[in-house]
Amino acid sequence: MFYRESGDFKKTYQKDNQTFPIKFDRWRYYFVMLVAFIVVPMFLTDYMANAVMTPFLVWAIAALGLNILVGYTGQLSLGTGGFMAVGAYATYKLMTAFPGMDMVSVVLLSGLITAVVGALFGLPSLRIKGFYLAVATLAAQFFLVWLLNKVPWFYNYSASGQISAPQREMFGVIITGPHATPVAGYLFCLVFAVGLAWVARNLTRGRLGRSWMAIRDMDIAAEIIGVNPLAAKLSAFAVSSFFVGIAGSLFFSVYLGAAEVTEAFGISVSFAVLFMVIIGGLGSIFGSFIGAAFMVLMPVLLKNILVGGMGWPTDLAAHFEFIIVGGLILIFLIVEPHGLAQMARVLKEKLRLWPFPH
Amino acid sequence: MSEPLQQMEAASKLLELKNIDLSFGGVKAISNISFDVMEGEVRAIIGPNGAGKSSLLNVINGFYHPQQGEIWFDGKQRHAMKPYQIAYQGIARTFQNIALFKGMTVLDNIMTGRFTHMHKNMFWQALWKGPAEKEEIENREFVEHIIDFLEIQAIRKTPVGRLPYGLQKRVELGRALAAQPKMLLLDEPMAGMNVEEKEDMCRFILDVNDTFGTTIVLIEHDMGVVMDIADRVVVLDYGRKIGDGTPDVVRNDQTVIDAYLGVSH
Ligand SMILES: Nc1ncnc2c1ncn2[C@@H]1O[C@H](COP(=O)(O)OP(=O)(O)OP(=O)(O)O)[C@@H](O)[C@H]1O
Ligand SMILES: [Mg+2]
Repeated sequence: MFYRESGDFKKTYQKDNQTFPIKFDRWRYYFVMLVAFIVVPMFLTDYMANAVMTPFLVWAIAALGLNILVGYTGQLSLGTGGFMAVGAYATYKLMTAFPGMDMVSVVLLSGLITAVVGALFGLPSLRIKGFYLAVATLAAQFFLVWLLNKVPWFYNYSASGQISAPQREMFGVIITGPHATPVAGYLFCLVFAVGLAWVARNLTRGRLGRSWMAIRDMDIAAEIIGVNPLAAKLSAFAVSSFFVGIAGSLFFSVYLGAAEVTEAFGISVSFAVLFMVIIGGLGSIFGSFIGAAFMVLMPVLLKNILVGGMGWPTDLAAHFEFIIVGGLILIFLIVEPHGLAQMARVLKEKLRLWPFPH
Repeated sequence: MSEPLQQMEAASKLLELKNIDLSFGGVKAISNISFDVMEGEVRAIIGPNGAGKSSLLNVINGFYHPQQGEIWFDGKQRHAMKPYQIAYQGIARTFQNIALFKGMTVLDNIMTGRFTHMHKNMFWQALWKGPAEKEEIENREFVEHIIDFLEIQAIRKTPVGRLPYGLQKRVELGRALAAQPKMLLLDEPMAGMNVEEKEDMCRFILDVNDTFGTTIVLIEHDMGVVMDIADRVVVLDYGRKIGDGTPDVVRNDQTVIDAYLGVSH
């Protein structure tokens, strides 16, 4: 009975445009922020930070980025892994070339560099659509990984071909390198995840977002309204790659610490992020987060149940994990093709009318 | 409505097509067509199926580039332009087959029509608070006027895909109106509607023409409607112009009667 919009009239268009128009949702949002920034860090174990929370945030950022491209603009991309690699290597080069640069600037600059690369690889989208575009972005994926592997300058000529993050501090706390504090890494990623979700929300509810969705839904109609398809598609590629680049930057510097491009940023990464977007919900910011949570939590949960609970051997459990996660993805796609976010929306609509549905 | 002709002579030409030729491979869609549209008038284009009516609209808003001929808009000769550039010149349109943004609400569809009137760049939009929000609210106010005008307040937040056909046509008109165009091109706005819906649509078109002074070019098959609301009519057949004038003149023209009104192909 408390989930109500009646008696909560919007008297201005500003109020009507709010992200959380229902009071209860707004309070829940403040509550989540409070928990994420204060309560979680107080109880976060190193294992939970490293295995669950930090990767969840990093993948959520990547999913947000891909969702802008696929969900909002309708341009299918399989290049996410390659663009994350660009972000990671940009971070490595920036950290080693400018040791004095603070990490926030490093991450943001890495995002900008990836945005430029992404826009460049978005150029074919002007001519090709759908399936063919997916193949073109796949080419980008392989080319970028090949390039970062082939040119030793990118990994500073290290013999192993690996890149590893030097130690950096924020406010006196170590966030990267072997001696980093996991909780600090989590908080660092959290700031980016929240900030970027806010930016994604703002962009998608305004003029630019409408031009993306217009291109997605009916490109000729978008054009007669004044939307330049070139500008709309390239801006989507750029913004999307900015997010994905930041995800790659954090993935490498905070989460992995050291990385080798073919292993860390291969095609399976592209698919994993695409699954997150589809499971969470195309064209939904909230969906990007639940999609990421699903893909990160499911394997951890299954592992704990199968190995910890039922005493299976680890390798058998790992194989089984694949089967279960794959099966769940299929079930989701069949039961609710619009993703978990749509499920939540339907539930909410029911709740609004409950207990008098007619 | 049917203003006296003298008055129209005084008005200036908003659009003039001179000797337009358009063909696709071997198929000639438009041959040597010339006609003009006066500022503030309702100009109808009629003709049998495949006569080239939609192609003509596509030429006007830049989807097709004619092989021959000149286009003059607002006193200037227009060179080959992209459709989105033509939108900035003040030409809006609706399509024969509804071309709404299916995944968006009615409100967002019509807000998208304000695209050419919004200018804040990506960085302001990313911030939202401040100039971008102010611009958004100003344009939202304008869009609310259109929503009131078209009497679709109740479906504001409904995704357009869920609406019945007649309402979708109305929303598409709203999206075109949101651009505050100088000239509005309507491709069969009443096709597939019942009598009531047609009457509503006629009323909206005439109201737009009266209150905003918007020049209207419309394709319509229903002769009754055309005779009622058009100031002047162009008749096409097989890509050629076979008649041009006030509804009365066109209705009594023997060539037109033979080609279109009398016998059907
Ligand atoms: N893109 C295109 N490619 C090839 N031929 C085309 C194209 N567009 C139109 N045509 C041809 O041009 C001719 C005129 O078509 P158009 O759609 O303009 O007719 P119309 O008068 O609008 O007909 P209707 O009343 O059925 O809408 C037709 O023969 C059509 O096949
Ligand atoms: Mg037609």
